Order: sequence, then structure tokens, then C-alpha cells
Amino acid sequence: MGSHENHGSAKTYILGFLFSLLLTAIPLWLVIQHVMNKTALTVSILLIAVLQLIIQFFFFMHIREGEKPRFHVMALVLGAVMVFTIVAGSIWIMTFNSQVH
Amino acid sequence: MAQSAISVDAHHEHQHDTFKLLGFWIFLVTDCIIFACLFAVYAVLRTHTDGDLTGRELFEVKGFTAETFILLASSFTSGLASLAMHKGSKKQLLGWLAVTVLLGLSFVGLEITEFANMASEGAKITTNGFLSSFFTLVGTHGLHVSFGLIWMIGVMVQIGRHDIDSLTKEKVTIVGLYWHFLDVVWIFIFTVVYLLGVM
Amino acid sequence: MGEKAKGFFVTGDPLIYGADVSIIITLLGILIFLTYFKKWGWLWREWLTTVDHKKIGIMYLVSSLLMLFRGGVDALLMRMQLAMPNTHFLQSQHYNEIFTTHGTIMILFMAMPFMFALFNIVIPLQIGARDVAYPFLNAMSFWLFFFGALLFNLSFVIGGSPDAGWLSYPPLSELAGSPGPGQNFYIWGIQISGIGSLATGINFLVTILKMRAPGMKLMQMPLFTWSVLSSCITIIFAFPVLTVTLALLFVDRFFGAHIFTATGGGNPMMYVNLIWMWGHPEVYIVVLPAFGIYSEIVSTFSKKKIFGYKSMVFSMMIISVLGYFTWVHHFFTMGAGADVNTFFAITTMAIGIPTGVKIFNWLFTMFRGRITMTQPMLWTLAFIPCFLVGGATGVMLAAAPADYQYHNSYFLIAHFHQTLIGGVVFGYLAGLYYWWPKMFGFKLNDRIGKWAFWTWNIGFYVCFMPQYALGFMGMTRRVYTYGWDMGWAPYNMVSTVGAFLMGIGFVFQVWQILYSIKHGERDLTGDPWNGRTLEWSILSPAPHYNFAHLPAVKSDDAWWDMKNHRYGAAVQDNIKEYTPIHMPKNSGIPFLMSACWFVAGFGLTFEWIWMGVAGLAGVGICLLARSFQRNTDYYIPVDEIKRTEASLGRVV
Ligand code: HEM
Ligand SMILES: [Cu+2]
Repeated sequence: MGSHENHGSAKTYILGFLFSLLLTAIPLWLVIQHVMNKTALTVSILLIAVLQLIIQFFFFMHIREGEKPRFHVMALVLGAVMVFTIVAGSIWIMTFNSQVH
Repeated sequence: MAQSAISVDAHHEHQHDTFKLLGFWIFLVTDCIIFACLFAVYAVLRTHTDGDLTGRELFEVKGFTAETFILLASSFTSGLASLAMHKGSKKQLLGWLAVTVLLGLSFVGLEITEFANMASEGAKITTNGFLSSFFTLVGTHGLHVSFGLIWMIGVMVQIGRHDIDSLTKEKVTIVGLYWHFLDVVWIFIFTVVYLLGVM
Repeated sequence: MGEKAKGFFVTGDPLIYGADVSIIITLLGILIFLTYFKKWGWLWREWLTTVDHKKIGIMYLVSSLLMLFRGGVDALLMRMQLAMPNTHFLQSQHYNEIFTTHGTIMILFMAMPFMFALFNIVIPLQIGARDVAYPFLNAMSFWLFFFGALLFNLSFVIGGSPDAGWLSYPPLSELAGSPGPGQNFYIWGIQISGIGSLATGINFLVTILKMRAPGMKLMQMPLFTWSVLSSCITIIFAFPVLTVTLALLFVDRFFGAHIFTATGGGNPMMYVNLIWMWGHPEVYIVVLPAFGIYSEIVSTFSKKKIFGYKSMVFSMMIISVLGYFTWVHHFFTMGAGADVNTFFAITTMAIGIPTGVKIFNWLFTMFRGRITMTQPMLWTLAFIPCFLVGGATGVMLAAAPADYQYHNSYFLIAHFHQTLIGGVVFGYLAGLYYWWPKMFGFKLNDRIGKWAFWTWNIGFYVCFMPQYALGFMGMTRRVYTYGWDMGWAPYNMVSTVGAFLMGIGFVFQVWQILYSIKHGERDLTGDPWNGRTLEWSILSPAPHYNFAHLPAVKSDDAWWDMKNHRYGAAVQDNIKEYTPIHMPKNSGIPFLMSACWFVAGFGLTFEWIWMGVAGLAGVGICLLARSFQRNTDYYIPVDEIKRTEASLGRVV
């Protein structure tokens, strides 16, 4: 059953692993060497983290698998929006709060 | 009961597989929300050191880098395990799962050492808002990993008993998904807590 | 304060001694009954281990009605205390405990399980499924709720009740502000049942997405199913937030951390921020299914397709997502800054639009329909004006500058009771009357029902209209007494009278149920209201596999279509061969595992670490045991299906 599905191959796993190693090493190096100013550095390492998340989702977790419609992808996308709302919203709301004090 | 009828609904059982997977994905989304809240708390409290040591003074680059690469490697090996399973090789499957568990154990070990070191420097969960949020965020992840380890060992025992069949296959897939997910969460802990912390 | 010194059992209050005695008598009564009639085995096999969604639904229903009773008694005690100035019926400490338990119980242990009761009873039948996606998990959700509620209610007689308000803001709810076990009861009671609610959200989401009858497209689902879908989406995003928030509060209290404390670098406002991120969506979680119920009822009893089906679906989906972006309106006065407040004021008002759309759709559906005035319809009609007023006062509160005036006054109390009672409770009661025949096979008596309806409704307005006035006169919430000089006395007296009228309404309902069990009109057709959706295509009560044949759906209002075009279950002689039906086996693990959670929760409440650890270990063992189980389902043979169908009166 389900053998027609694509479960990834050794190649995709190795590729994904190499990408992840790279995307972990780069920000580490950036931070230790202090190559940019603080804001630029923060933004770039966050972006790299998001990139690595995408790599893992595609190469390791095979989110493209599964029958259509892909409800799990919809749930993940909506989840990402909510995660952003929670984190960014809290920071937004709470920093104003601490300036008032 | 009604053994003979089992073949009638093979289709039905297959459906149940995909149910479980969808449900588990949704569970992962809810777990994302849990971590999002912990990250939000950390983001708000990270400057609340109350005059004590900050992340820059407390975090050790060597330690958290090692943890990161170990967890990354374990995510990879659990992927290899699922690959072995689809090839139908029980020995390889159990082997890669065992490697994953060992890597996971060393991750947890390193984390415990890190926490103990920090505590001996006087940086405890009771010290200030920053450390409270740090320990709850990283500790929650650590608990997830420990839980995953027990689960994975349980699945290994079941494979030992029943070989690779549709039930154990589903279990390996789901525990693997969980393991990859924990790695993804760790990437953000690595970035937001540790890298931004030592910056 | 100094509660630890008071000892294990709560003492020194006649009310509580009364409760102690009645609890012991009830427990003894149950034990004797079960032993004398040899019902222990029956209880275990038929109820405690069941994974049948219909039985689980009935257990939710019974528990929620019990909780409505307890929450109602709390409300009446408060209203008695406030009826006259300078009353000394309750002390201030006691009053604090009562409004805390009232609010918590009404929302988490009354509204939520009532809602889950209707999910369980209706959804699988309405989408033509034989069970939910995860029957085992469904049983677990119920038992987690049950033991969570039990733990919370135990605080009344053991250890002392929580008293920091239904949302327990720190620093009051921190160890320094509430040193006794009451606050821990709050945390663990809600935490344990909250895990169950989250699981139910996932369960019904997957059920609706994956288990619909062959042919039923998403845009052909009944509106109640849509409303449950939207409510579940909100649950899966909101409940994890509650879990974290309470866990962090416990970390503060148990480990001495400084997350929400006022000292040591904590930030109490972060708690307020987080808890409302759950708390606001929570009101949509409970009100959306009520909207779905109204839609079903309006369309059935107007004998018309619902007006604007698509706009109904979209407005519910919009509410379920947008509901997540309004939480700050609960703490505008915190001082988060003008642009934060403006953003959230706008999102809040925006939610009014889809809600308005729905109301117009209901009105248009009724317009020129042939309306039958049944009990479900009565409650629906009562809801509309009530919710309009509640909505209008809500928009008044959403205007951030004005909120500085009304915040924490009786105006607010009147507003949210108007939406919670007029919107949520009326809706669930309407649903209860509507689906009761499907659950039990008989209708609820009309005459007593009308009495209940009118006392509830008149009582509602008499109780809450004066509270708007009290709000303008400056009466703030959570005050336990006031002086003659305030001029509040007459209004408060009227309000209390109204509260008692509602209490009488509830008594009528209990009587109505008991009376109808004996004398109620039997429903032999399975379709007593001439319904439109699939649950009415099978006999009442439904056999435990629900559908002997899975229905093949061709249109929306599937059963109506079958009846009009004579196909499917509407044609008796067209029945195909039966095939064995695949069903899940009963299991004792959900019950045992939730009981272990209870033990853990109780231990952690009293900080008896050994007990907490033992309970958690039990939970772990149950999880492992389940993971190792392999034969979790079975097949019902054809003979048995034939026999069941025949005994239910269906010609085979
Ligand atoms: C049956 C009629 C009801 C009456 C007479 C009633 C009465 C009251 C009263 C007197 C208060 C306390 C006001 C104060 O001192 O601040 C209160 C608070 C509250 N009620 Fe009700 N109530 C009723 C039903 C409900 C229902 C059905 C719900 C929810 C579904 C509900 C939810 C709440 C909440 C959340 C609070 C706030 C508790 C707090 O301040 O922490 N009530 N109610
Ligand atoms: Cu709100």
C-alpha cells in the first residue's frame, strides 16, 4: 500500500543534510566574526534560520507528500501566520508597555 | 472477531493511515504555537536580567554549537532510518534508529551539563526574568527531546517484535516527523537564543 | 491569606459543611445503587470504556448541565449578596472565590463541554460517518475534561477555592498573592481539561475534513458542520496558548521563577497579553457553533434552504481567523500606546461585519417562510434581539477611548453576559431541544418547555438591563458590597429578582426532562422535525454504527434532497446487501490515564512531589501501553447489523 508515494531518496536526504550544515555554519561564522552591524546581522541570521526551516520541511519532512487537497500544508501556512502574530504582536505590544513605565 | 472480513476493508485501513498523519501534522502546528508563546516570552524578557549576568557572559559557543550539530545529525539519521524502512530492511532500520537515539541521548546529556554549569555560576531559573524564560524555553525543548527518545525506543521494541508492517511503518513515520520537527525548533533556539545572545 | 494554616479540609463555613454532607450522601447513594443493582460491570463496559461518540456526547451533556447548576448556584449567591446594600451574607474573601469559580466553571466546564456534547452527538451523524477520526482520543478528551473539572471543583471542600478572578491575573495569582493551593487547583483543573479540548479540536477537524460521506463536498456540508470546523480551527490555535500561559504561571509558583512576577525582572503584563490571546478567541470558539445551530434550526423550521449559504460559510471562516487578531481590546487601558490600540479597535469592529451578515441571512431565511414555532425555534428567535443589543454594546466597548469609561464596570458585566447567555447558552439550549429526539428517541415536553423559555427570557432582561444602568452609575465589577448612599440599591434588587427567575427557568428544564422521560412523545420516524440533513435519515436513537449503509450524497441539504427525489435512505426497498462494519474496540485506557492525570494534578496542587511524579508515571505507562496495543478494532458481522436494523424497526 502507498508504495507509489515518494518517500525521498538517499540523495535528497544527503543534500538536505549538507544544506543544513551549511546554513548552520554560516550564521555561526557571521556572528563570531561580527561581519555586519547589529541590525543587519540579526536580520540575516533570522532569514537563514527560516531558509533552513524550509529546507528541512522539503528535504526531511516531505511536506509535498500526501493526497490532495493538502490540508496539512494549509494548516502549516496558517500556523506560520499565527506564530508570527504571537511573537511579533507580543513584542510590539510589550515594548510600548515598557516605554510607558 | 470476523477474521474473514479483514480483507473487505483494506481500503478503509489505508484511509486511516492518512488520517493519522494529518492529525499528527495538526498536532505539530499546535506544538509550534506552544513554542511561539515561549519564544514571545523570551523575546520580551531577554533584557530583564535584573542586573545579573547576560546571555553573552553565560552562553558557551562550543557547547551550543556541539548540541546543534548533534541534533542536526540525528535528524539526518532518522531520515536514513525511514529510508531503510521503505527498502524493507529491518536491520538497517533498527541500526539507524539506534544511532538516532544515541545522538539524542548525547544531546540531552550536553544540555543537562550546560544547565548544571550555568546553575553553578549562579544562573538559575529563580535568578531573574531572563533566565526564567531561558530555562523554560530551552527546557521545554529538552523535555520534548527526552519524550521523543522514550517513544523512539518503544517503537524500536515494536519493530523487533512485529517486523516492518503497516502499523510499525506508520509509527516510524510519525516519530520521524516529530524528530525532524524538534530539530526545526532547535534551529530557532540556536538562532534566537544563542546566536543573538552572544552577539 | 494564610490559607495553608487552615488545613486540608475547608472549614468554618456552614455553606461548605452543607456541601460536604451532600457530597458524601450523593457518593454513598451512587455506591449503594451500583452495588445493589450489580451495575458496576455495566458502568464500566457501557460508559467508562466506551469510544462511541454518541455516548461520549451524552456524558459531556450530563456533566455540563451539572456544571451549569453549580455555576448558577454561584451566580445566585453573588446576586443574593448584592441585592441590598451592606449585606453580610458573604465576606469579601468568599465573594472573590465565588466570582472566580463562577466565571471559570461557566466558560470552561459548562460552555465548553456543552459544545463538545453537541459536536459529538451531531457531527458524525450529520456528515454521514460511523465515528470520529480518532475514537480513542475522543474518549480521552472526555475523561480529561471530566477529571479536570473534578479537580477544580474539589477545591470547594479541600484546600480552598481560587480567588484571583476567572483569568487569574498576576501578581495576585502568584505565590506571594495567593499562597494557598486554590490557585494550583485552578491551574491544574484547567490544564488537564484544556489538553482534552485541544485534542477534541484536532479530532473534529480531521473528522470533518476526512470522513464525510462519499460525495459530500466541502461546500455541501451543513452549516453546523461548517461552524464546528471554524470553531476547531480557532481551538487549535488558541488552546496551546492557554496551556503555555498556565504552565508558566505554575513554573513561577512551583520553581520560584520570575516570568510574571512583579519583582525579579518578571512582567505581569505579559500574562495578560498571553491569556487574552486565548481568551478572546475562546469566545468565538463557543459562539461559532451556536451560530451553526441557529442556521440549522432557522432553515428547518422555515422549510427553506438557508439564505446566503456561501456568505454564511465565509463569514464564519473570517470570524474564526480574524477573532485571533483582536485580543488587545481586553486591556486597552494597559497603556500599550495609541497605534496598538487603534489597530485592535479596528479589527474588533471589523468582526461586527460578518456577524451582521449572518443575522441578515437568518432574517431573510425566515422571511416568507412557513415558520413552525417549536421550542428550538423559540430560543433562536429570542437570541436575535438579545445578540443585537449585546453586539451594539460590544462595539461601544471596542471604541478604545470610550473603554476607559466602561472598563471593569457593570456595563461590561451586562455586555458579556448578554452575548454569553443570549448567544451561547440560548444557542446550545436550542440545539439541545432540536437534537434531543435524535439522542434519546423522544421529544421534550412543550408545555413545560414554554414555561422554562419565558422565565429564562424575562429573567434575563430583568437581571441584566439594570446592570447597564449600574455601570453608568459607577458600580464596578467584583465589589462585594456597597452603601445606601450610592443609589444602586433598587437596580441591584431588580437584577437579583431576574437572576432568580432564570434559576426557576432552569428548574423548569430539569422538570421538563424528568417529565418527558416518562411521558415524552416518542419519535418513531427518526425525522420528527422534517429535517434537511443526514442525521435525520436514520432512526432515533442511532444504532452504534450509525449508518448501515454509508449514504451517497449528491447535493447540499442531503436528506431533504433524498426525500424529495426519492433516493438513498428515503427509499426503503432499494437496500443493498450489508457488508461487515469496521468499528473501534472499547478501551479502559482513556479513563485510567485521565485518572492518573488527576492524581498528578492533585499532587502538584499540594506540592506533594511523590504523588505528582507517581501520577505522571502512570500517564506515561498508559501511553506506552496504548502504543503497544495492536488489535484496536473489530468488524460487526452482517447478521448483527440485520438484527439491529430490524429491532429498530427498519425493514430489512
Ligand atoms: C445564569 C445567569 C447568570 C448570572 C445571574 C450571572 C451573574 C454573575 C455575577 C453576579 C457576576 C459577578 C460580577 C462581579 O461581581 O464582578 C458574574 C461574573 C461572571 N460571569 Fe456570570 N452569571 C450568569 C451566567 C453566566 C454564564 C452563562 C457565563 C458564561 C458562559 C458567565 C460568565 C461569567 C464570567 C466570565 C464572569 C466574570 C468572573 C470574574 O470576574 O472573574 N456567567 N456573573
Ligand atoms: Cu474579546
